[in-house]
Amino acid sequence: MSRYTIDRLSSRIVFAFGVISFVILILIAGFIFRESLPALRNVGLFNILFGTEWYPRYDEYGILTMVVGSVMVTAISLAIALPLSLGTAVLLAEVASPRVRGCVRPAIELLVGIPSVVFGLVGMVALAPLIAELGGSGSGSSVLAASIVLAVMVLPTITSISEDSIRALPRTYREGALALGATHWQTIWRVMVPAARRGITAGTILGTGRAIGETMAMVMVIGNAPIFPDGLLSPARTLTGSIAVEIAAASGTHQSVLFVTGLVLFVMVMIINSASLLAYKKGAH
Amino acid sequence: MKKKRRTMAMVVAALSCGAMLLSGCANGTDALTIGGSSTVQPLSEVWAEAFIADSPDADISVQGGGSSAGVKGAADGILDIGAASREIKSQETSDFPDLVVYHVAADGVAVVVHPSNGTVDFTLAEMADIFAAGSNDEWTVINREEGSGTRDVFEDIVMGGARMAADAEFLPSNGAVKQKVASTENAIGYISLGYVDTSVKAVTVDGVECNDGNVVNGSYPVMRYLNYITNGEADGLASSFIEFALSPAGQEMAADEGYVRVDG
Repeated sequence: MSRYTIDRLSSRIVFAFGVISFVILILIAGFIFRESLPALRNVGLFNILFGTEWYPRYDEYGILTMVVGSVMVTAISLAIALPLSLGTAVLLAEVASPRVRGCVRPAIELLVGIPSVVFGLVGMVALAPLIAELGGSGSGSSVLAASIVLAVMVLPTITSISEDSIRALPRTYREGALALGATHWQTIWRVMVPAARRGITAGTILGTGRAIGETMAMVMVIGNAPIFPDGLLSPARTLTGSIAVEIAAASGTHQSVLFVTGLVLFVMVMIINSASLLAYKKGAH
Repeated sequence: MKKKRRTMAMVVAALSCGAMLLSGCANGTDALTIGGSSTVQPLSEVWAEAFIADSPDADISVQGGGSSAGVKGAADGILDIGAASREIKSQETSDFPDLVVYHVAADGVAVVVHPSNGTVDFTLAEMADIFAAGSNDEWTVINREEGSGTRDVFEDIVMGGARMAADAEFLPSNGAVKQKVASTENAIGYISLGYVDTSVKAVTVDGVECNDGNVVNGSYPVMRYLNYITNGEADGLASSFIEFALSPAGQEMAADEGYVRVDG
């Protein structure tokens, strides 16, 4: 075979791989949609999306409480994780000596590799009882416990992308700012971080995607109550957790509604990804 | 050239290994797949182990998946025996009219509280009130997910049509409920009798303790049968396995696992 044949052949193969992953995505989406159909027909999308009662035994299949639960936990965990991540990213990119960096960076990266069930276990056995003690009653399974666990889980995602984007800035930014008489601190907060906002936004959106999709750890610490949480110490239920907890024992319409829940998640993640794409493009101008 | 021949030899060896594995599978006609309820699963595993010890040719695999998956699996032919910790629902009977149910053991559903409590006694109505009210300052209610076989039994027998509160904690297994009740002082939950140990305290219902004797003689009200389900009468290996489960030896094993014998 001539090198040109190999060249052409390999580009075909790579193209085939690309097509395959696209086809897989379409198949998954199609499958979820097909399994959702009985529920959409029998219960109706409106009743599922905006219903507030979850009693499959009595044919009530409202998942609004879970949409609220997912959004609330995600928002609170990001509010906790974002300042922490940004601070860590600045530390790693601008402030830390190579030795400190050599310790902190691998530690953050290691966090990514810890399976979510381990986070859930620590949350269930250590964090929840602590919250129960401070909060006075209940078992501690709550929005607060879930948000804290989730914050730790998205921290490395936001940190490493933010750090990379600060680090990728041209040296001239820093040198220019310092030459104009800005202090190191002013340079970081007025020049470097704003200039890296595109990457920071992208990291945050990726973190949001991870937070919305997180399942196992949430099931273990949030209490899975299908109610509107009336505070940080109230239990709640996430969309992913609902599927994980109930799919094993579900049948018929109940099972189909869980697929609708998956469909809702699918759409939410698609919106988040589009937002990240949009943010990326906007930042590029 | 020499190198090439060695590679060839390795390929041939690998192929023949693979062929042997495959033919091994094909010869093992004595294959039996049991799956479904996570309550029945440990029991099926014990029976399977003992059964294989007697007849080493039998290839039995035991899976979980939940009661509904057990019923559906048996109906679809994915499972030779489906396991369910509840009775077949009327919709399932109408969808799959050929299903045959075998009671292989009985199980009490114990209502459990934190071990720091003294003796606790409830009537069925009092328990229904607690689970209908949900978590408050007095009780942290630990419930099971919708569709759970254990929950079905509890709802059917205790709740009497009243709805269980959504404001409670919902956990997906007996073990998780036990762990939560053991670690939470004002928690109340319910678990399969086989899971009860000293880490939690089982309450008495109308003065009746939840134990084997009281479940068998019917004086403890919150109970259910553990079922094996086949599509049509069980035959072949499935039939002899169920026979073994119902034998005195099999029932003795069920008792050892914390379930209640059905052979009286």
